[in-house]
Amino acid sequence: MVVNCEQVWHEVSDYLDGEVGVELRAAMDEHLRACKGCSSLLAGMRNVVSLYGDERMVEAPLGFSYRLQRRLEENSHPTRRTFFGWAVAAAATVLVAGSFEAARSYGLGRTPRSAHAQAGNHVPPDLMVLVYPEGKTFHAAGCPFILDKKNLRPVAAQEAQREGYVPCVRCMKQYLS
Amino acid sequence: MPESATPLGHPARQTSEAELVRRVRDGEHDLFYELIRPYERRVYSAAFAILRNTADAEDAAQEAILKAFKHIRQFREEARFSTWLIQIAVNEARMRRRKDHADLMEPIADRPDESGVYTPRDFADWREIPSEALERKEIREKLAEALASLGEIYREVFVLRDMQHLSIEETAETLGISTASVKTRLLRARLMLRDLLAPGLGGPWMSRLSFEKGAKPW
Repeated sequence: MVVNCEQVWHEVSDYLDGEVGVELRAAMDEHLRACKGCSSLLAGMRNVVSLYGDERMVEAPLGFSYRLQRRLEENSHPTRRTFFGWAVAAAATVLVAGSFEAARSYGLGRTPRSAHAQAGNHVPPDLMVLVYPEGKTFHAAGCPFILDKKNLRPVAAQEAQREGYVPCVRCMKQYLS
Repeated sequence: MPESATPLGHPARQTSEAELVRRVRDGEHDLFYELIRPYERRVYSAAFAILRNTADAEDAAQEAILKAFKHIRQFREEARFSTWLIQIAVNEARMRRRKDHADLMEPIADRPDESGVYTPRDFADWREIPSEALERKEIREKLAEALASLGEIYREVFVLRDMQHLSIEETAETLGISTASVKTRLLRARLMLRDLLAPGLGGPWMSRLSFEKGAKPW
């Protein structure tokens, strides 16, 4: 069996997937050995398959897992808001209202983790940022000042500030006065 | 058709996954996130490939995962859990696309003559691209752009087969087309992507990358 270039173009994808018969494969191998154009085509296609097949091509937006988990929680416990639940929620509202004044004079919810860092100005409360347990600051994805990449946790900026994190001087500098 | 080269077929994972499925079915709902966690990014990217918009894709992906949770009793244990999840995501995304009448705005290349002969462009040798190139956002964006420019029918097949690592049969079943169509569209998609990327990846982008090496991103 002998194949020409056009036949190779037609079968090259199946060839790559191991979906061609023994005889055709042998004929294609022979053609590919001799034909520079077709072997370059095969190499290019191999490149395409391996690049797109890489795990790193599959990305989700920052905070996706966090938002997903919250949505799952809301949906997996739809019956939890019983009378007791509502009573707790009502009590919490009273407490929150009462603590508002105290919180205002205190600034952030907790003492900042770093005595030297500045608290941020006008950080959008919903901005998704990254924090890690040993850190003092919150970051944007890809910031070179993130030291502990393994334990990163996405969280809303508001929440990060409540936990005492302050804006990173490098990647969040627009929020520092 | 050999099993795809993902770690999904690993026996240890299969056991623990089957165990998780059973426990979620038996009412341990909190374990569901544990079950889908390895696949959440894949679910998102499947939805994104169809909707091509981050907000819509996120919404469709989350909705698909919620549906999987609600209908976990319908999951047949002989199937791969990841494939089942991806199928739900593809259906969800396609349903939303229809609702938005986005198909009216699809490029003309979407209604092609599938049987037509496609002649690949002639390129000099495309040297092998090191996978480290994917560390560069710029390269990932070029690849995503090229993929987004493909017609719908090619993009769907390519994403399921080459990015989600579904088998040809699973891809056919998910999209409701024949295995022969999967193969034809896959060939075309791979050829088109190669034609789109070869001039850049074979030369200018890569040399510019080495030139920029060491440059700070800010």
